[in-house]
Amino acid sequence: MHSDAAEVKKTIRTYLMVGAALFVGTVITVAANQIHFAVPLAITAALVIASIKGSMVAAVFMHLSHEKRWIYGSLVLTVVFFIVLMMLPVLTTADHIGTPIHAPSALSGAEGGHEGH
Amino acid sequence: MEIPYIVDARPDTGLHNCKLGIWLFLASEVMLFGALFSTYIILRTGAVEWPFGELNVWLGMANTFILIGSSVTMVMAWASLKLNDFGKHRLYLIGTFVLAGIFLVNKYFEYADHVTRGELPSHSTFLAVYYTMTGLHGLHIVGGMVVMAYLLGPGAKMWKTRPDQFSNRIEATGLYWHFVDLVWIFLFPVLYLL
Repeated sequence: MHSDAAEVKKTIRTYLMVGAALFVGTVITVAANQIHFAVPLAITAALVIASIKGSMVAAVFMHLSHEKRWIYGSLVLTVVFFIVLMMLPVLTTADHIGTPIHAPSALSGAEGGHEGH
Repeated sequence: MEIPYIVDARPDTGLHNCKLGIWLFLASEVMLFGALFSTYIILRTGAVEWPFGELNVWLGMANTFILIGSSVTMVMAWASLKLNDFGKHRLYLIGTFVLAGIFLVNKYFEYADHVTRGELPSHSTFLAVYYTMTGLHGLHIVGGMVVMAYLLGPGAKMWKTRPDQFSNRIEATGLYWHFVDLVWIFLFPVLYLL
């Protein structure tokens, strides 16, 4: 961490520049939204800009650009579980448990079996 | 009993426990908000139609500026302590606290406008998602304000007796506050623009 006063003074300039860049990023996001792109393009643009802004906050304000490996280790684990969490919607749509199977042969066989009882 | 490694770094991790602790807490927060974002994706992709333009983009943009500004003042509060300038530190921390308050006031007006138009969480899936996500984020803002109020009030005495520990507390508060800003950076486009 920056314990040296001279180094802290140098990073203050970086903090202010990143703050200004975040303001500009927000203006670009809203301006892009006013243009009314196609939905997929609008979503991509907004999320890409948000990711860049988020990375700047994490790297500079939260000092992740120069942290200890224990912090990186815990964050890598978090990212892995976060990706699994984000994949849950995909797993949900791929989940067929409890969904009726519409194979014609299977249906006719099952119906025939029920008639017998 | 003295709690070990709250100022000095542990030899094995190279970190003081306060910092490792706040990062582990933030990791759990990532999963909390991640669950809500994941739920949003499920609900949105499964919806026949999704409202667009329901929220006031300009108010949301103003709140984004306010939170980014508060992140800058927060990191400056920590940097001022590292430069041994307690007066400036207090000014920046008060600035962060005030900006957080302005964010909540804006949010109040936004909620009030929806409520007067009968747009409650039960009105639509979109509004249920909106109130849940922004409400939880708002609670985090309130939590941060409580901590800042303590560090501006009774907690500030520690600067005279144990300045390094106080500095670590400000750093941990800052990490939390930047995370709250980070969440809003994603909430704003997801709820207001898309």
